[in-house]
Amino acid sequence: MSPTRSAVITGVGVISPHGIGADDYWKALGEGRSALSRIDREGCENLPLKIAGLVRGFDAEEYVEPRYLVQTDRFTHFAMAAAELAMSDADLTSHPDDPFQVAVVTAAGSGGGEFGQRELQHLWAEGPHHVGPYQSIAWFYAASTGQISIRGGFKGPCGVVASDEAGGLDALAHAARAVGRGTDTVLAGAAEAPIAPYSMVCQLGYPGLSTADDPDRAYRPFGSDAVGFVPAEGGAMFVVEDAESARRRGARTRARIAGHTATFTGAARWAESREGLAHAVRGALAEAHCAPDEIDVVFADALGVPEADRAEALALADALGDHAERVPVTAPKAGFGRAHCGAPALDVAAAVLALEQGLIPPTPHTEDCPYGLDLVIGHPRPAELRTALVLSRGQMGSNTALVLRRA
Amino acid sequence: MNRRVAVTGIGVVAPGGIGVPQFWALLTDGRTATRGITLFDPDGFRSRIAAECDFDPAAHGLTADQIARNDRYVQFALVAADEAIADAGLDPGREDPWRMGVSLGTAVGGTTRLEHDYVLVSSRGEHWGVDHRPAEPHLERAFTPATLASAVAERIGAHGPVQTVSTGCTSGLDAVGYAALAIEEGRADVIVAGACDSPISPITVACFDAIKATSARNDDPEHASRPFDKSRDGFVLGEGGAVVVLEEWEHAERRGARIYAELGGFATFGNAYHMTGLTQEGVEMSEAIDRALAHARLPGDAIDYVNAHGSGTKQNDRHETAAVKRSLGAHARRTPMSSIKSMVGHSLGAIGAIELVACTLALHHGVVPPTANYTERDPECDLDYVPRTARELPLRHVLSVGSGFGGFQSAVVLSRAEAA
Repeated sequence: MSPTRSAVITGVGVISPHGIGADDYWKALGEGRSALSRIDREGCENLPLKIAGLVRGFDAEEYVEPRYLVQTDRFTHFAMAAAELAMSDADLTSHPDDPFQVAVVTAAGSGGGEFGQRELQHLWAEGPHHVGPYQSIAWFYAASTGQISIRGGFKGPCGVVASDEAGGLDALAHAARAVGRGTDTVLAGAAEAPIAPYSMVCQLGYPGLSTADDPDRAYRPFGSDAVGFVPAEGGAMFVVEDAESARRRGARTRARIAGHTATFTGAARWAESREGLAHAVRGALAEAHCAPDEIDVVFADALGVPEADRAEALALADALGDHAERVPVTAPKAGFGRAHCGAPALDVAAAVLALEQGLIPPTPHTEDCPYGLDLVIGHPRPAELRTALVLSRGQMGSNTALVLRRA
Repeated sequence: MNRRVAVTGIGVVAPGGIGVPQFWALLTDGRTATRGITLFDPDGFRSRIAAECDFDPAAHGLTADQIARNDRYVQFALVAADEAIADAGLDPGREDPWRMGVSLGTAVGGTTRLEHDYVLVSSRGEHWGVDHRPAEPHLERAFTPATLASAVAERIGAHGPVQTVSTGCTSGLDAVGYAALAIEEGRADVIVAGACDSPISPITVACFDAIKATSARNDDPEHASRPFDKSRDGFVLGEGGAVVVLEEWEHAERRGARIYAELGGFATFGNAYHMTGLTQEGVEMSEAIDRALAHARLPGDAIDYVNAHGSGTKQNDRHETAAVKRSLGAHARRTPMSSIKSMVGHSLGAIGAIELVACTLALHHGVVPPTANYTERDPECDLDYVPRTARELPLRHVLSVGSGFGGFQSAVVLSRAEAA
């Protein structure tokens, strides 16, 4: 990150299967609850995929004005709502004095699937003239960044990372680097809504997808009985800010983005991800000027595929040495699933809250860990936390490590 | 430590011919590659024209498995990357894989394949609830835009930062711009960067029909893409892709690479105005131009050629003309500014990268490609658009600009190696 300007998180906005807002999310995490459930969406009845992390009780109208609602897919509703919550948390207002000093950066790996399916149906069942005027702006990956920027009047260096899951962490690094180059504030994060019927069909080919039909057994990362991962929806947005501007305006600093590195080792090559992830961790630690034993907690990628879980444990041993056996490792996402880029964004939210609260939320469902890690299971663990390491890997081969420091 | 970014290789898949020589011949001849749509039956659509690539992936070295696993836009990337790497004389196997990355843009990713399989699983839109069984293998690779950068990274063995960028129609400029920043800031030494899109499918044509963004000059497709011309009536959808090899300057010099150009300036901003609309004044695009010039440490009057976004919509060409005048002042009137979309159409996210390859070639050969079909002056577009005929001109610094749905406004400055 920039040697002169440091990027801090001043606002957190969460839309998750655990509920709307950071408070509900943190309460569920602390209790080790699971929000995984049977998929009961219309049109998904006959798919060979039964369990997911669904966002329930989300009333888009509460957060998104009607004129934006009609133009956008559920994934953008989530992103706009999460951005609104993050802004309110950071006490950041729309239409800043210098609009070029505030930017929006999102990661998007699945697009506006539900909206797109509806318009595809209009086209193929009724004809070309039945496709609505918003298909061109609702389905594509840039929709959320564009709409958040328009609603807030944010004209800074806006961007969209359409990478795989790890893109959720890369978007935050992208934001932190923009801050390093001189942008004061970036709304950054990811939210996804891939639980529409056709989007589900598109995900069936992912190796490692869990087709178990018991919510308690479908996603048990690091467990000896792991059978894969479950898909999900939701995500988180953050206000990332130059530390000095945050201090000047009296904003509460929640955490500092201290280091990041992204590597690539090939799609679904989980054994190779060991080296890629270890390399990413070393890079992120170096950038953060952080020794391995300064890491107080690891929020793991935790794919739930035995080969991948083993590779992740070995990567931690490679990068952290002996400390890998002692550092608490957790995967609260076992309780809310993997919403593409939204999942690591939710992990970052969990890490920020854990650093603040001095509490490590446990990994739901998983009952044992045969990989020599101190996996936090069963109960949350109180701990003095100064530095967190967040890891993410993607289906297309990315490995990313992000270091967060307590403010 | 001041790390500079060199362009050492280029590759392109564009309408009118695959590969750099064919592409450059098309541009310098001022020929157009727009025609009636052949990739599907466009009967019943408002706009029935496009700039299509005559692309045979097998003839360009892709295996049956690579063709099956990768959507058309990813195939474009593989072929363009092969050409760019060969052109750069780069042997990826000899590079430190952890210092080598990929940054590729796409606006709509695997839409074409997604639509194809949607028709199968929904019985042509009959049901909301879908039957997964008719779906073809590898559909998840079409669903995930990250497939684009991933496929190229696997082909060259990159282990460094690999990203797919999707900022609508500035995806190409942004993917290359982000790559330049990553090299400048030390995260990689070599990045294969660019963008690809293959959006010519019923759903994409229909969605632009719905907002009348595309040209309906169906009876005269060769002359339908008319940027800056008074009679322009929208853009002509295109497809294709381009890849550049970016290298840290000393890295390129150490291996004795030919350096085409320096990529010294990049900036992007949002207009926070409208998802598809543009202001009259072009303030945000102008800001992007100013910052890209500042990044390159150049004054506005150093620019010898502006490669325009020039999509051929009424509002774009007016907006862009205003933005360039705002940034370059009186110098704008002396500076040739052309749009190659007049010849190769608008391939959404891909076009920014294709235009950067055109800029690199313009610098290299000292030739400015023309704006084909430009015949009638629009009072709101009053710059020198290089009508119909390419122009020989020694070039030192060129500017390429782009504008995209979502409000993105981007600018890149390239300089001839000797001028850098």
